[in-house]
Amino acid sequence: MASQQFCTFLLDGCLFGVPVSQVQEVIRFHDITPVPLAPAAVEGLINLRGEIVLAIDLRRRLGLPRREEGTLPINVVVRTGEDAVSLLVDEIGEVIEVSESSFEAPPNTLHGAVRSLILGVYKLEGSLLHALDTVNACQVPATTEAMAVER
Amino acid sequence: MDDIVKEFLIESGENLDRLDQELVKLESEPSSKELLASIFRTIHTIKGSCGFLGFARLEKLTHAGENLLSRLRDGELALNAEITSGLLAMVDAVRTILAVIQASGEDGEEDYATLIGRLAGLQNEPAVHPPAAASGPALEALSASPPAAGETNAAKKEEKSTQPSSTQTPRKPRRKRKLAESSPDPSKIGGVLVERGHVRPEDLALALEMQEKGRQKIGEILVAHGAASPEDVLAAQQTVELRKADAAGETIRVGLPLLDRLMNLVGELVLARNQLLQFSSTTPDAKLQAVSQRMNLIATELQEEVMKTRMQPIGNIWNKFPRTVRDLALGCGKQVRLEMEGQDIELDRTIVEAIKDPLTHLVRNAVDHGIEVPEARRRAGKDPTGILTLRAFHEGGQVNLEISDDGAGLDGNRIRQKAIERGLITPQQAALMPDRDVFHLIFLPGFSTAEKVTKVSGRGVGMDVVKTNVEKIGGVVDVRSTPGQGSTVRVKIPLTLAIIPALIATCGGERFAIPQVSLLELVRLDSDGRGKGIELVHGAPVYRLRGRLLPLVNLDRELGIRDKAESSARSTAVNIVVLQTEGRQFGLIVDEITDTQEIVVKPLGRQLKGINAYSGATIMGDGRVALILDVLGLAQKAGVIAEEPAATPDEGHGEAGAPQVSDERALLLAENGVEGRVAIPLAMVARLEEFPRTVVEHAGTQEVMQYRGQIIPLLRLSEIIPATRDADMLASTGSIHVVVYSEGTRTVGLIVDGIVDIVEQHAAVEPFTSRPGVVGSFVSQHHVTELLDLPAIVRAAVPGIMDGAQSEAGGI
Repeated sequence: MASQQFCTFLLDGCLFGVPVSQVQEVIRFHDITPVPLAPAAVEGLINLRGEIVLAIDLRRRLGLPRREEGTLPINVVVRTGEDAVSLLVDEIGEVIEVSESSFEAPPNTLHGAVRSLILGVYKLEGSLLHALDTVNACQVPATTEAMAVER
Repeated sequence: MDDIVKEFLIESGENLDRLDQELVKLESEPSSKELLASIFRTIHTIKGSCGFLGFARLEKLTHAGENLLSRLRDGELALNAEITSGLLAMVDAVRTILAVIQASGEDGEEDYATLIGRLAGLQNEPAVHPPAAASGPALEALSASPPAAGETNAAKKEEKSTQPSSTQTPRKPRRKRKLAESSPDPSKIGGVLVERGHVRPEDLALALEMQEKGRQKIGEILVAHGAASPEDVLAAQQTVELRKADAAGETIRVGLPLLDRLMNLVGELVLARNQLLQFSSTTPDAKLQAVSQRMNLIATELQEEVMKTRMQPIGNIWNKFPRTVRDLALGCGKQVRLEMEGQDIELDRTIVEAIKDPLTHLVRNAVDHGIEVPEARRRAGKDPTGILTLRAFHEGGQVNLEISDDGAGLDGNRIRQKAIERGLITPQQAALMPDRDVFHLIFLPGFSTAEKVTKVSGRGVGMDVVKTNVEKIGGVVDVRSTPGQGSTVRVKIPLTLAIIPALIATCGGERFAIPQVSLLELVRLDSDGRGKGIELVHGAPVYRLRGRLLPLVNLDRELGIRDKAESSARSTAVNIVVLQTEGRQFGLIVDEITDTQEIVVKPLGRQLKGINAYSGATIMGDGRVALILDVLGLAQKAGVIAEEPAATPDEGHGEAGAPQVSDERALLLAENGVEGRVAIPLAMVARLEEFPRTVVEHAGTQEVMQYRGQIIPLLRLSEIIPATRDADMLASTGSIHVVVYSEGTRTVGLIVDGIVDIVEQHAAVEPFTSRPGVVGSFVSQHHVTELLDLPAIVRAAVPGIMDGAQSEAGGI
């Protein structure tokens, strides 16, 4: 049975994951330079050993409520194409191996733009792992206001 | 695509570039055996590889070229322009096929039958200057069976040396060259075999002859005839491969992304080093200090070396020009010799790429428009062959590139006429403009003086594109020309784009880098004077910068960092960064100006491309990212540049001539005599100067002075507008106050008795006066003040000086 390794993380209490092969590194905290006029989901730019990397706040990207004041996000640096992108998450989880048989497409009740960001869910014991569509998540639409009302 | 095909494409591409140069060079020294041999080898290599890779069409084409070349090499044909053109056409065709291979992996449908026919036809032309030893039968024999040229000259020489023993294959005599005895080519299998004593030289010579008949490999022939064992041939083959590898061992190919990555890492290393140095200086540990000092040196050196890997000699793009010039000159019936100086000057590769097209255009222009046809040159008493010189040299941290021709030069009057026809300037402007400025008109869009549109140029696009492209990379273009002696276009460009000088400003707590290319000056308005300097034109903030209204843009508002209320509620001083883009000036209000420094420009990801306010980002000394402002984008966003196109080229001089239309007018108050007060619209004042009296000299009866490299007439206001003067004033030996007034490029100095103030004029001017040169009078600062008609005064005092400028300098 085919299985895949996922790097998992928490966002607003939900378990998300991206394939390990797409993850370049995980960094605890990094100084972020905001980019005025950028789409709302863009948190800013970070300096990753000389490479300038765009940081996207996954909470805002997914239309989740804002992170509590004073909590520092964690950078999950993914590389899908040429550019690396840092996805800001609440907490980093373990690397887990999931079998393809536990996969299910997102339920029809999942609506709107979020649906395009979640490939599906893996049924784990006691919880569900949301498989993030990394490529889509790294694209930021010019108007992200629509995202905020999603949920 | 196979790696081997890729490699073939890269190598062939380089070989073709070299071929272009060598063929053009060969034309000027047709007897050069080395050049011919090298050209022959190159074509042969391509032919050999494509046979191996199965590109039959390419092979056929190169084979035709090779045949022609072999006849040239053997001296049976003399090179002429037609043959060179034929060979160059072949090079182009090969290039096209290579492009097709690159795209599709196949060598395409086109079979180039016409070209192959043309090459074959050229082959049969009789030699223009037949070499002494060439005999008729030999020519026939060769045209019947052109040598396949399996081996190089050395091998052929060897063949010759052993010819007397080659009796098995009776041949007609075919030697036309004096050949010295030489050892077999050690880079070939045959040569290696002889060298090792596995094969006798005679056998090799025989085999080579047989190879010319058929198309077998030399090793196969030798083995088939029992002259060598297969093992020896295989061993020799390996040796040849190894020797080839050795020859290429000096350089390796490295991908550009890897180099860029290295650059990034070195930049980071430098940052880490800075932190380490800072830390080590606070600890008394001598060992740590020693280590960090060493680290410091190594990091600096490493950075320099890595920077070098991005540098490319300018020769890399110049190499294409001999061919370009040759084809062009031939096309328009001109004779041009290309001379190049400073090919090894190195530039960042991004700049080399960016400068390629503009340079090509300038070279084409020089040949097409600059250099005259031979008859015209003879009539002008010049050598019929024109000289086009490319020069590159360092100057003041920049690289200068000069493209000069010794042609007819630019015709200032024709350019004026054309510019007027095209509506680019008014006849008045044209009359005022000195030639130097006139020449710059050729860089305006839609300008071309070519009488007829040629294939090459004359469509009126080009020079403006040259200018735009050069300016895009922070360079400047200048043109100088002497009628009858030629023109020189000078392009000044920075060494690298990756590192630029920038002004660091803060806004809303974040740092922003502003490229210094667009920076004009900085203006700081102290907090107590706040609001005084900034005025509103229908709600839009402006600042009077020396009498002109400078539109202001709030960076924080433009970037949405703060809203309007917040940004105007700031109580601190106002910092205005005066910027220029596309000929327009505007002031950018920032919170603070911190520093200027050299920054490393890094691109922004595609997600941020649409914002149009940043041209990139950089990493500051503390490791944080700072955004680089896109001045043009900001100006567009703020609407600073939208309505009008670029300013007229004489804007720098013209400001005094064009009266400002505004409700309020700034006036310069000056003293005239004891009591007299006069006012001059500030917009007309180019500068205020104070000089010692000794600067006044005389030209005839006219008082003059030397001012900024010009001789300007001086007018004494007191003589024009009579006023009471007391003994003090007349006797004063101190300094003179000069109001410098310019119209177009003519400048006049008006000597006044003193400068009082600059005021805003609200009161109405009452036109009751009979004094010439005075518009009227009004009350300012409790004094009756006379408003001067400066243009009229100047014209009355120095007749003829402003001829042709009347309409420009209308009423005040």
